[in-house]
Amino acid sequence: MALPLVYLMLRAVNAGSLDLLLRPAVVETLGRTLLLITSVTTASIVIAVPIAWLTVRTDLPFRKFWSVVTVLPLVVPTYVGGFIIVVALGPRGMLQGLLESLFGVERIPDFYGFPGAMLTLTILSFPYVVFPVRAALWRLDPALEETSHGLGFSARATFFRITLPLLRPAILAGGLLVALYTLSDFGAVSLLQYETFTWSIFIQYESSLDRSLAAFLSLILVVVALGIVSLEVVSRGKSKYYRSTNGTVRPVSLVRLGPWRWPALALCAAVGILALALPLGILSYWTMRGVLAGEPLLLLWSAAKNSLLISGLAALVSVAAALPIAILATRHPGWLTSVLERMAYIGFALPGVVIALALVFFGANYATPLYQTHVLLVLAYLVLFLPAGLGATRTSLLQVSPEMEEAARNLGSGPLRVFASITAPLVRPGMLAGAALVFLLTMKELPATLILGPIGFETLATSIWSATSEAFFAQAAAPALLLILGASVPLGFLILRGHR
Amino acid sequence: MPAAVQCAGVSKGFGGVQAVDNLDLEIEAGQILVLLGPSGCGKTTTLRLIAGFEQPAAGSISVNGNLVAAPNVWVPPERRKVGMVFQDGALFPHLTVEQNVGYGLHQRDGRRERVMDVLRLVGMESLSARMPHELSGGQQQRLALARALAPKPDVLLLDEPFSNLDPRLRDQVRGDVLDILQSSNATAVFVTHDQEEALLLGDTVGVMQYGKLVQLGPPEEVFHRPASHFVAEFIGIADFVPGHVDDTGLVTEIGVLTTEDRLPTGVDAEVMLRPSDVAIYPFVQGESEVVDRAFKGTHYLYSIALPSGLVLHSLQDHSAYYRKGDRVSVSLERNRTVTAFLRGHGGTPDGLGAPLLAHTETSGPNWG
Repeated sequence: MALPLVYLMLRAVNAGSLDLLLRPAVVETLGRTLLLITSVTTASIVIAVPIAWLTVRTDLPFRKFWSVVTVLPLVVPTYVGGFIIVVALGPRGMLQGLLESLFGVERIPDFYGFPGAMLTLTILSFPYVVFPVRAALWRLDPALEETSHGLGFSARATFFRITLPLLRPAILAGGLLVALYTLSDFGAVSLLQYETFTWSIFIQYESSLDRSLAAFLSLILVVVALGIVSLEVVSRGKSKYYRSTNGTVRPVSLVRLGPWRWPALALCAAVGILALALPLGILSYWTMRGVLAGEPLLLLWSAAKNSLLISGLAALVSVAAALPIAILATRHPGWLTSVLERMAYIGFALPGVVIALALVFFGANYATPLYQTHVLLVLAYLVLFLPAGLGATRTSLLQVSPEMEEAARNLGSGPLRVFASITAPLVRPGMLAGAALVFLLTMKELPATLILGPIGFETLATSIWSATSEAFFAQAAAPALLLILGASVPLGFLILRGHR
Repeated sequence: MPAAVQCAGVSKGFGGVQAVDNLDLEIEAGQILVLLGPSGCGKTTTLRLIAGFEQPAAGSISVNGNLVAAPNVWVPPERRKVGMVFQDGALFPHLTVEQNVGYGLHQRDGRRERVMDVLRLVGMESLSARMPHELSGGQQQRLALARALAPKPDVLLLDEPFSNLDPRLRDQVRGDVLDILQSSNATAVFVTHDQEEALLLGDTVGVMQYGKLVQLGPPEEVFHRPASHFVAEFIGIADFVPGHVDDTGLVTEIGVLTTEDRLPTGVDAEVMLRPSDVAIYPFVQGESEVVDRAFKGTHYLYSIALPSGLVLHSLQDHSAYYRKGDRVSVSLERNRTVTAFLRGHGGTPDGLGAPLLAHTETSGPNWG
């Protein structure tokens, strides 16, 4: 798993030197990347924490509905989001067209660059914060807040003194995901022409024969990613998650919003419209236009089939690889297994562009038979999404206490029967969740698919990309709609599971 | 008939800490042994060694006369015929009550009958179709017991099985479990850190400290004749009154005791007293004072400060009522045999000599 990365580093070190690092272009790219990461992460937290609180702890009307709507943006890939922003708000986009026909407006403020990229990424990645914060709010013992009220603190003071500090780990964990997502994003920044590392790397890779500079830039990207992860690790404790049988959590009494429910509703509605209704509406409109104009749909079906097959394969392989690692890590802790587990999490921090490049170098030089095959592509997905599969499997394995397996041994079952009759049935829901997540992520993945996909291998993601990058929006709309629908199935499964 | 469990020189360490240290232990068939000790004393490790979840670093373990662990012998847990009941039950959450109990019955023949028999034994035959999470805490614990009993193990091991139950339920489930064990004539080893529970359940009580078995005996003996300072204090309220030996016997602040063997004059000792060994009488000119009173429902537990400052505990029934600050006279109850430890004859971990018996006066006035 680490082998291609080691190779990438060697390659980069060969090419790189200090003056490369100090080139103004590199420094500016670094600045832009960091600016985008901090603003998207901050904005996501600012949007997500109130939404999580409103949907868990208040009498907000249609709470269930909003709690589903506010995680659905996860199914919209950033390159689709970026393309919708361009279509809707771009120089000759729909908004301008509408304004022109009504008021004769010929120019609206430019959305390319930073504002567009930030808007797109925030709207599409804030659910990564909503998820953990909402889970933390569910787990929060109401007795803590009640104690604070009992000690004479108002609801507002209690929120800032008790609730918010207790949510901090969840907020940080979600913020980490958003930061890494932004860092590794390729679709939105390239469509909206905001030059961050991922885009520079891709351009370098596409345009020059000497790929050393791309390798060098990748290395900087890796360093930034590791920096973000270590920031979060510092804030994380060492807790065990074995299921505790005692302690029933009392239902929390909901906060009455009163007149405040109108601005609260407005916030949820705005997010829902921007992140879901608007994209779906625009995509449907362009799809209709395309169908009416007689666009051929044949290509679409084969792309959809490819997407489904390769995503399914990636999900299967990731979960199959995750199980033994999860068992080792939870049942036989030690330095060796902990190193193994950390390595498995590498992909979590690394952008798809970097992993794809590493595998290209590796494949072209050491594994030529694999180069330009589906095997290498699935391997890239495995590196990228194994953490997602591993996380879900590990969590459910932690909830199977080792005592349960010992009890089964004690009742006369050998290790194999114990695994088949006790461990496997109990871990299965977690593994299914992991598989669903990997499937969803693979469907949306773009840069690795672009770089590593065999020639002529079209998926929904690549066909959207090739259409949008040449501004054939009508051609991009149908696969984008299909992709969103396809990705909604596993997400729907995950949401239903979470509500059980 | 071979011992149900025999441990000989068993040791087990974890990362430099000797959890079980050269342990010798024998449990007769049909007996209930309780291993008692503070957390980290090695009692749970002992249980896990017998069950086969840990491998001893030295020594050997036999179950029902069959060697299951020794330097060149290893029988895995599934072939030891040892049942285990875990602290939180470790019930299989995806299996029904009936399937949980049936899990250890590998033969299809008669499985259902055996399952129903065992469920009847624990009074749960009407709940066989439930899932574990649909049971109350007490029912879950009885199910865990039923599941362990179903394959008729040679020995049943129970690791603090009642510690997660609330006190009222605990007494009831404990009584039920004891009845079930006795009626099925099972050999059982309990582990607990609750001395009351140990005295209640055990035919034999083993007290462990730092991985060693420091005393093994009937509950009464462990309570009244503790082998060391540590055992005395761990197993109940114990006060230690200093004394020294002269011509009249073992002289303490509250009375003179006699010992069977004549002790050399001038030797110092400590006498261990339980609250029931200490008598108090109202006495306005007395130099001892009541400093605390705890109402225990059936009796009072008084704390009395002696002139020397030493505080003793005394158990009194309802008829004797004192207030804080009352002056009293303190003496030893008559006709008691108590335990004394000689000083400076180290041998037990606390630096005291081996315990010896001392007798209070058999007659005469009891005024101090």
